[in-house]
Amino acid sequence: MFEGVPLTWFLITGTIMFFVGIYGFLVRKNLITMLMSIELILNSVNINFVAFNKILYPGHLEGMFFTIFIIAVAAAEASVAIAIIINIYRRLVNIDVEKMNEMKY
Amino acid sequence: MIDFSYTVLILLIPLVVFVVVGLFGNRFKPIVSGLVGTTGLFIGWVLSIFTAYNYFFVSGKGAEGAFVKVLAFSMRWLNLTDKLHIDMGVLLDPISVMMLIVITTVSFMVHLYSIGYMAGEKGFSRFFATLSLFSFSMLGLVVATNIFQMYIFWELVGVSSYLLIGFYYTKDSAVAASKKAFIVTRFADLGFLIGILMLSYATGTFDFIKLTAPDSPALTSGQGVWFLGLSTMTWSMIFIFMGGAGKSAMFPLHIWLPDAMEGPTPVSALIHAATMVVAGVYLVARLFPIYHMNAVALDVVMYVGAFSSIFAAVVACTQYDIKRVLAYSTMSQIGMMMFALGVSGYGGEEGLGFMASMFHLFTHAFFKALLFLGAGAIIHAVHSNVMQDMGGLRKHMPITHATFLIACLAIAGIPPLSGFFSKDEILAAGHMKSMFLFIVELTVSGLTAFYMFRLYYNIFWGKNTHYHHTPHEAPLTMTLPLMILALGALFAGLVPFASLVTSDGMPFETHIELGVAIPAVLAGLIGITIATLMYRKETNVPERIFNTLGGFSKAAFNKFYIDEVYLFITKKILFNYVSRPVAWFDRHIVDGAMNGMAYVTNEASDRVKKLQSGQVQQYALVFVSGALLLALLFIYLWTN
Amino acid sequence: MTTNQLMFAIFAAVIIIFSILTVTSRRILRAATFLLFVLVATGGMYFLLRFNFLAAIQLTLYAGGIVVLIIFSILLTSHIGEKLEAPSVKKIIPAFIAAGFGAALCILTIVQHPFPQEVISSSERTDIRVIAKALISTEKFGYALPFEVISILLLAAMVGAIILAKKRKD
Repeated sequence: MFEGVPLTWFLITGTIMFFVGIYGFLVRKNLITMLMSIELILNSVNINFVAFNKILYPGHLEGMFFTIFIIAVAAAEASVAIAIIINIYRRLVNIDVEKMNEMKY
Repeated sequence: MIDFSYTVLILLIPLVVFVVVGLFGNRFKPIVSGLVGTTGLFIGWVLSIFTAYNYFFVSGKGAEGAFVKVLAFSMRWLNLTDKLHIDMGVLLDPISVMMLIVITTVSFMVHLYSIGYMAGEKGFSRFFATLSLFSFSMLGLVVATNIFQMYIFWELVGVSSYLLIGFYYTKDSAVAASKKAFIVTRFADLGFLIGILMLSYATGTFDFIKLTAPDSPALTSGQGVWFLGLSTMTWSMIFIFMGGAGKSAMFPLHIWLPDAMEGPTPVSALIHAATMVVAGVYLVARLFPIYHMNAVALDVVMYVGAFSSIFAAVVACTQYDIKRVLAYSTMSQIGMMMFALGVSGYGGEEGLGFMASMFHLFTHAFFKALLFLGAGAIIHAVHSNVMQDMGGLRKHMPITHATFLIACLAIAGIPPLSGFFSKDEILAAGHMKSMFLFIVELTVSGLTAFYMFRLYYNIFWGKNTHYHHTPHEAPLTMTLPLMILALGALFAGLVPFASLVTSDGMPFETHIELGVAIPAVLAGLIGITIATLMYRKETNVPERIFNTLGGFSKAAFNKFYIDEVYLFITKKILFNYVSRPVAWFDRHIVDGAMNGMAYVTNEASDRVKKLQSGQVQQYALVFVSGALLLALLFIYLWTN
Repeated sequence: MTTNQLMFAIFAAVIIIFSILTVTSRRILRAATFLLFVLVATGGMYFLLRFNFLAAIQLTLYAGGIVVLIIFSILLTSHIGEKLEAPSVKKIIPAFIAAGFGAALCILTIVQHPFPQEVISSSERTDIRVIAKALISTEKFGYALPFEVISILLLAAMVGAIILAKKRKD
């Protein structure tokens, strides 16, 4: 409980956000929207981290630092992913994930 | 006691020459390769003579006046277990020192001769490299300290023989001959290997000194009856003799030797007359104390030797290729050596046959090498191997003629040439053992004289064949070895062998028994006389005799169809009833199983590969579902 | 309902609604905008939990950096008015079942779990100096090593992105 808000609420919010992200990743065809789904997933994890940190271990900062590092990794991942997407677009003139099956069997 | 460790050099020098000439021979001028090889062998020759002098006259004798075995050098080569190890080394005793002399002398002569004979040939350096390899292997064989070292060098000798027979590898017949020699001797060596394994299993040692000592384990262990009423030791000796018979071209493993004459003639002189083919004799002599204790094995040696000698002598009378005549003659003479070993006893005068065998080996090396080198000079001049193309050559090639005549007289056993003495000892030893075999060997000497002079007259006398260009005497590098070897053929018989090389090292006295010597000389003279009458002038007498004998002479001309028998056995029986079913089994069962496995895998993966659709989202779906199922499993279903 | 609860309810509602819209909207630029709202609301959550520094990072890096990057790439790869084709039902149904099942499983687990119930009134903000020291400290609870590793990762990502996106000469 944090000033009237229970930990469970944060966690449920994070969970819903996470599975919405999963759903988006599984369904969307456009590579950029898939990337956005991944951002949603990362953010839901971040919410869980900070909520755990604040409510269960108020004297510590681990959750926050993890969140910082996750944000940094997300930034790196986004930049590389977008570079790849642009490269793909240059070659195939679209970024539909279903058409990217050159390396199947 | 003199330190004999320098004898390692006799082995190492040819090896170094082989490596140097083999690797860099193509960059030298051909003559340089020849000179390097010849120089190497010359050093080896000098060292061998020095060793022989030191061994026989300075320090070879032990306390009791007998020659002892000297371990000049030994190193542990393969350490299998504490007890079982394979050594490499140099063992000096009367027979190995005698063999050192024979090998280095003939090899040196052949090297010298080859410089002239092979001049201008393609592969001149290769020839000398292989010749050095052969010399190294043969020397290693005779100085082997244990039977396994001997086996290794035995195979090396076989390889170099193979390489040299197939020297003209663009010629189909040479390739076939080299393969034949290799396969036949390999087959015989299988017996040798089995014999080695049985011997070492029974006695627990490879070492010659231990094996041939008076308290040898070979004399006590393995004596129980094992198979067909013979003991393990007897069987192992028979198997080892099989290897020796293969290398020494004893009947029925002789079929490779006549074909081996496809090699260059100096090779025939060195390998297929003087050195390698007597390796079998040497092997039996080396293990003689054990053979002597196994009478059946020794009888096998005796009968095989006697039969081979008469068989080859008969065939030699009908052949027209001069090298083949010499090949069969070699086989016959080696048969006599084997025979002499077979009739020999052990120790002192009992060991007369042993001494005679070694003596004949020694003298035979000189006159047979001389005959081959002479034949080489003739072939060099006439460009043909066949007698019909020759005749009247004595005017064109005086030196060759003289030396060839000396060799013919020596091999015919005319006193006082070398062949007389050694052959006389063999006959004396045979006479002590069995009258029948004595007469057989006497016939062989008569036949030997006959076919050698048939050869001689056909080449040097007879019709005056018209040649395309007049045959000329060979160059000095070829005639010099002929003359040196002729000296050997003349005087080698004067060596007091009985006081140097004996079965147990104890010297003894020999004297010429007139009861043996007179029939022997008479047999030789009769052979020569008949040959003179038949071939001195060109007549049709030989043809009429040939036709009178009908089937027999035809069979002899066709080498008694031994080759055909082999072909029948291999082609008709082995190929049809063994190889074909095996090939069928291999093609259908073994390959079938493999192909079936490949087919099943292929089919299965064809079905399964659709799973890998290339759709990332499908993969992700499977991954998420799996993770969730695992979570469900671990959180709710697998509690406690 | 306290202020905090109200704030939480608003942020949570924004997060859930706009994240659903993000993954369902057929106009890609709108989806990016909805993502921006989600990220801002997440930043609000951090403020609510008194992680001011983190919230600032969230706003500048995510809302200001990544979303802008995404929008740029959208502009590079698609037309603004373009409507994405609707995903096929064959994809939606298994994905929906998987996501729904997962959400149900997790929420069930969370609700059933006995978290400690005592009230923690830690409304104090974390001092930025403490964060700065912890980031470069090598002591216990110091993060010098991951900090350096992350910096190398960022450098590598930067170089990699440049190489990947560069126009090839061939």
